[in-house]
This record gives sequence, C-alpha cells and structure tokens, in this order.
Amino acid sequence: MRDTEHSGLGTASCIQLTATSEPEGGRASLRRARSSTGTTMHAFKDSGHLFRLAAVFVAGILVFLVLRGFLVPKSFGQYGHYRGNAMAEIAARPVNFAGHETCETCHADVLDKKKDGKHAHVNCEACHGPLAKHADDPASVQPPKLDTAVLCVRCHEANAAKPKTFPQVASADHSTGLPCDTCHQPHSPVIGGGAK
Amino acid sequence: MPGVEGFMYPNEIELQWSVLIVLYPFLTGLVAGAFILASLERVFRVQAVKPTYRLALLTALSFLLVAPLPLQLHLGHPERSFEMYLTPHRTSAMAMFGFVYVWYLMAVLVLEIWLDYRRDIVVLSESTTGWRRWIYRMMTLGSHNLSERALAIDERVGYLITVIGIPSAFLLHGYVGFIFGSVKANPWWSTPLMPVVFIFSAMVSGIAAVMVLYMLMTWSRGRSIDMRCVDTVARYLFYTFIIDFSLEMLDLIHRIYESDESFRSLDFMVHTKLYLSHIVVQIVLGTVTPIALLGLTQVVKLTEMARKRIYALAGCLTLIGIFAMRWNVVIGGQLFSKSFLGYTTYKMGLVTREGLLVAIVLTVLPLVILWVLVKLLPPWTERNSGLLPDARAAH
Amino acid sequence: MSISRRHLLLLLPAAAVAWKHVLAGTPESSPNYTMSQHWWGMLIDLPKCIGCGNCVRACQAENDVPDGYFRTWVERYHVSDYDIENPVVDSPDGGKKGFPPAKEESGKNFFVPKLCNHCVESPCTQVCPVGATFVSPDGVVLVDKQYCLGCRYCVQACPYGCRFINPKTDTAEKCTLCYHRITKGLTTACCENCPTGARQLADLKNPKDPIHEFLKTHSVQVLKPNMATHAKVFYAGLDGSVR
Repeated sequence: MRDTEHSGLGTASCIQLTATSEPEGGRASLRRARSSTGTTMHAFKDSGHLFRLAAVFVAGILVFLVLRGFLVPKSFGQYGHYRGNAMAEIAARPVNFAGHETCETCHADVLDKKKDGKHAHVNCEACHGPLAKHADDPASVQPPKLDTAVLCVRCHEANAAKPKTFPQVASADHSTGLPCDTCHQPHSPVIGGGAK
Repeated sequence: MPGVEGFMYPNEIELQWSVLIVLYPFLTGLVAGAFILASLERVFRVQAVKPTYRLALLTALSFLLVAPLPLQLHLGHPERSFEMYLTPHRTSAMAMFGFVYVWYLMAVLVLEIWLDYRRDIVVLSESTTGWRRWIYRMMTLGSHNLSERALAIDERVGYLITVIGIPSAFLLHGYVGFIFGSVKANPWWSTPLMPVVFIFSAMVSGIAAVMVLYMLMTWSRGRSIDMRCVDTVARYLFYTFIIDFSLEMLDLIHRIYESDESFRSLDFMVHTKLYLSHIVVQIVLGTVTPIALLGLTQVVKLTEMARKRIYALAGCLTLIGIFAMRWNVVIGGQLFSKSFLGYTTYKMGLVTREGLLVAIVLTVLPLVILWVLVKLLPPWTERNSGLLPDARAAH
Repeated sequence: MSISRRHLLLLLPAAAVAWKHVLAGTPESSPNYTMSQHWWGMLIDLPKCIGCGNCVRACQAENDVPDGYFRTWVERYHVSDYDIENPVVDSPDGGKKGFPPAKEESGKNFFVPKLCNHCVESPCTQVCPVGATFVSPDGVVLVDKQYCLGCRYCVQACPYGCRFINPKTDTAEKCTLCYHRITKGLTTACCENCPTGARQLADLKNPKDPIHEFLKTHSVQVLKPNMATHAKVFYAGLDGSVR
C-alpha cells in the first residue's frame, strides 16, 4: 500500500524535477538505464541522500569530539572520574580553629592548670571560639571575653538525654543567676581544685 | 517548623526536585508513548491507525524538543550541563540521559521523520517560495533524488529505524524510571517495577495524547474523524492501560503485604498529604474512570457521537491521571523523611524559576512547536492539505 | 578517657610542622601529606555525647555553612520502654543552640550526632552524572563545587540526609571531614571542639591510631547497615531505634 503511494508521488515529482533542473535530469536518465548496468552502483546513487545525512551526523560527532578535547579539565581522571585538582582546592581553605596544640605552644601555663582538672580534655577553642587569627597575629587579634553564665550551661544544664554520669545542674536553682566563675575556675572547675 | 510534621533530618525539609521534575517524565512519557503508537502502524501493520502515524511522530518530536528544558531550568548551574557529555559518569543513570536523548532525537525521531517526509520536503522545496523554500531546501540536504529505488530505500531504512526505535523508546523512558527506581535510599522510588511502570504509563499517556490531538485537530480543520482509526487507538489505549494499572496495583499490593520498615510512613503519607493527588486524582479519576469508560465502549455498542465524547473525556482524564502519577512519584518521594519519622510540605512557587508559571509555559510550548511542525510538515494524508496540491493530487 | 590524649600526641608533630602554612591556605600547606597513606573515618562514642551542640557551631564557624543547613547536626532520641520502633526525635536547629528540657523524662533519652558517613560504597557519588563528587584516594567523600551542576541527584541518593544545596553557590555541599584541616595534621573542627571526646577523627590506615584498639574492644555499629554503604563513621553504643 505504502509502496504504491510512494511510486505515485515519486513519478509525479520526478517529472517535475526533470523539467526543472539539469542534474536531476541526468539522474533520471541514469535511472532509466538502471536495468542494463550493475545494481550496486545504483543502490549507492539512490541512497546518496542517506550518505549526506550520515555526513552531517559524522561532522556533528567530530565537532563534539574536538570540543570535548578542549573542554575537559586537564586534571580530570588523574585519580578517578573527577577533577584531581578539586582536592587541592578544597584543602586550600583557610583554617578558623587553630587547634589546641597551637594554643599550647604559647599558653603552656593554662595547660598546666587544666591537666589535672576535669576539663583536661576540653580543648581551648571549645569555649574560647575559633582563634586561628589570634594565633597568627596574637598582638592585634584578641580573643573575646567570655561570659561563664552563658557558656557553662551549654554543657552543664541538666537534660534527661545527657549521660547520667555527666555533671549537670538546673542553673536557675544552682546558682540563682550568678556567673559560674564566682565559685568555679573554668580551667579546673572543681571547687578548691586549683588556682585560677 | 512550619509545614513539617514529626521529625525530618534537618537538610530534608526543603524539597530538591520541583514541579519541573514532575513535568520531565511526563513529557518524555508522551514522547515514548506517541512513538510506540506510530510504530503500531509501521512495524505491526495496524493499518487502522494510519491517519495518526505522522501526527504521532511530530507530537513525539515536539515534546522531545521541550523535554530537556525543565531539567535545564532546574539545575543550579545550567551552564555546566554540557559536562554530562564531556565526562559522563558511567555509574550514574542520569549521565546516560544525554546520550539516550541524543540517540533518540537524532538517530530515531529526526531520521524517521526525515525519511518519511523526504518526498514532501523535496516537492515542497520546489513548490514553495521565499523563506519556506529555503527551509525545505536545507532539509533536503541538497539531494532531490526521488527515484522509485531511492524511495524504496527510504522505506526500508525507515522501517529499520522504527524497529530500532521501539526499544529506544522503551530505553528513553525506562531509564527515566530507573533514575527513580534505583535510588535505594528512597523506599517510595526504589522498586525494580519502576522502569516498567514508567514505560507502560508512558505508552498510555502518549496514546491518549495523540488520540486527543488527532480528534481536536481533525475537528478544528473541519474534517470528519476517521472512526475506525480512533476506535482502534482507543482499544490499544484500553489494553495498555489495563497492563499499566495491573502493574501499579501489583506494586501497591506488594508494598502493603510486605509492610517493610517504610510502610507505615508511606501509608500515612498516602492517606494524608498525597490523598488528593494519589487516591482521588491518580487512581479514581485518572485510572479507574478512563478504564471504565474505555471498557464501556468495548462491550456496549454506542453511537459514533457517544464514542467520540467518551474517547475525548477518557483521553483527557488519562493525561491528568498520568501527570498525577508523575507528581506522586516525584513529589511524593520527597515528602517523607528517610528516617520514616516525619513529613514535609511542598510549596510550589508561582513565578519563580521552578514555579507554576514556568511549568505551564513548558506544557504549552510543545503544543506550539507541534503547531509549527504541522504547518511546516503537514501530517495529513488526505487530499488538498494546503501545501502539497500537485503532489497529493497524484494519488 | 585516654583516647583523646593519645590522639593529641599522635597529631602533635605534624601540626607543628604544618602550622606555618595553615593560614596561607595554599595547597602546598600540606607538604607532608600523602593521600595514599590515609583512610579517614570517624568514631562517635555515643554514651559521651551531651548534646551541647559545640560540634554543630564549630562546623558552621569553620566551614561557613549557611543557616538552616547542616554538615553535621545532633538529634535527640526519646524511646519509651517497649516501643523501640517508634522513637520520638527532635533536633531544633540541628542542635546548634543545644536542646530544651525533655518533654518526657521516662524511658530512654540520648543524643546522636550525625554527619556524612564517608561511605566507601557511597550512593551519592554513584549517581553523580558528571563526576563532581567522589571518594578521594584518602577515603573522604568530597564535592567539586567548580564542577557540580546542581542537579541534586546526590541529595536524593544519600540515605542519611547529609547533603544539601548551598543557596549561595547552587551546588551540592556536605561534610568534607574538614579536608583542609586533616591534610594539615589538624583534627576536624567538630572533633577539636567536642568537650567530651564523643567524636574522634580516625585514620584507619594509620596503625598507631587508637581507633584500632577501640574497634577491637567495643561493639560498634554504622547507621542504616542495611543500605550496605560501607560507612566509615562508627558509632559505639548505638541504640537500635536510631535511624
């Protein structure tokens, strides 16, 4: 069914085309000669438009491959399916918390106070905040003053979910609003447990 | 926290995939479905649906052209999307998108349409004038060979492409299902049935869309609808819909019976936040009703007018139902916490980049493209379709 | 507990060498760091967690995490005596400001800090379409924000809810295990600031790391083991109700 329809249209348009353009006319006469010459040659000729389309596709793929060569980052695939440089970029981020080892290089006296107390393993910046800038330039960047009334309850306010062995108080009853360092020395908090 | 019930992991409160990602599987589904319908005629020799063949191909093309837009708009960095072609990650279902898409667009749809229309294009490049002539000339690729042999080659290659196209259409949409079905972290998505359900729902939506479009376009052109064709399309819609519905019910029953750790959470969600879109719109209105309507036309002898109305109604309900299905998969999968302890709410923006307005524009855009394509490459096979007076008069 | 002290000794020499370069923020700042010699993870000793939120605040200060998003957060669980499958969980603002008093004192109450599990078989890196997120040769799951599309597939794929899209960069973001610190011999910001030693950075390739002794002598668990992600954040004392 489809074939009859095709041929109908094909004939109609071919007549038209033969009349209008020279190369098509040449092709038409070739077609008429088809029966006598080899069919392979004609199959090739008659699928010429497919080769043209294929050429367009191939050209597209080539353009893509060339672009790809330029656009893929150089370090991609160095370690795996990712940009190798990414790790160095992530590692290059500046540090905000200097780390207690850094603090202790200057503040050995505080380390001495802490080492036998309950807060021996509480690192400096856990209370004092991020101080890498201070460590870098101790003269001009000073750590902020801390308010023990706010600070201590972060850990020590009683909560049913805290481990039972962890020292905790209901601050309202315990100190009636007084700052904790009235009685406790933060670096060694047990009362009478050491000098400030 | 407003909109949150129970406990969500704190990063889960905001939904990641918006209405645009709902639209994406809906659009590709229409593509795949419309193509399958077209292949019915070409490969399975269902002659009755012939009037829809070209329309189905053009519908598929216009929806496929729009399909990547919602994805593109939703990306945080749309300008980087080409990386998917540069360095596709083999283990990512999403990375395959670029390749499946290009394969399907270029190697299947454009090629099949070009081959099927080549006679028309060549004739039109001679008979038209002005800018149209230039467009057609470009499309001929400079070859005006319309010999019997050349057309026979086109026919054979076109057939081959349709044969390749069927698994490709399955691949195109099956892979969309796989994108969701392979997320093991999300029990609402993670099921091997997901790609299969997506393929069948795609066929359902594509067939329904072409059926409605065909009826609408024929009516607007003042022609009479080929009832043999529409009856056949509707019958295929009915069969596919039954398979689709069975698969979805199988998934549902399996979930209910297994009742794994996620069940209570998902069950609660379906009965609350998803009740309207899942139970009411998707299942009752968008699945059971159209199946019942189509079933009615199969068992009762109805007048032509009644059938037309039923088909139009069932087709529209089907499209709404399938859209709701996509919504429930994409949005539903993000409303519950992966801790199974809480639920969040999707707040759709109106004029934001991923808002309702953009979604509406993206839904209408394929229809505009289709209108242009129909003007450029008339799919109508009957005589006197405007641009092809001489050629069409020949048969 | 001696573990933190031993850890301190372990890190001390490296830290001293690296410090000069720490603030320069250049890749050369870790001259003694060889990726192939490390395999990073973390140990979370749950019975020590007091829910102070120091880790959350420290993470935010160190990594500039936007408000409302979390690279690490703390959850509070309440489990009534027999109902292990229905815990009541809260995490107000990720625990950044600590926790209000518990509504229910009876039953079991405890805290669970969460962070990226730096899975070896990470579902998030598996789905990335372009290779913008990856497991580094030293076992850290990282995001290349210069290359990330912002498709959000990785956020969907993470079973633990550890990823988010940074609204400033529109790219995926997550815990880097303070990659900029650990490559310089420092510990992570959260571990540095945990007052009870509930969080310990662990180098699984370092035979001297106390993690090995700990893993030998304690029952540990990973989150959602059924996901088979080969998580490297080990929880000691993890309750079965935690998900």
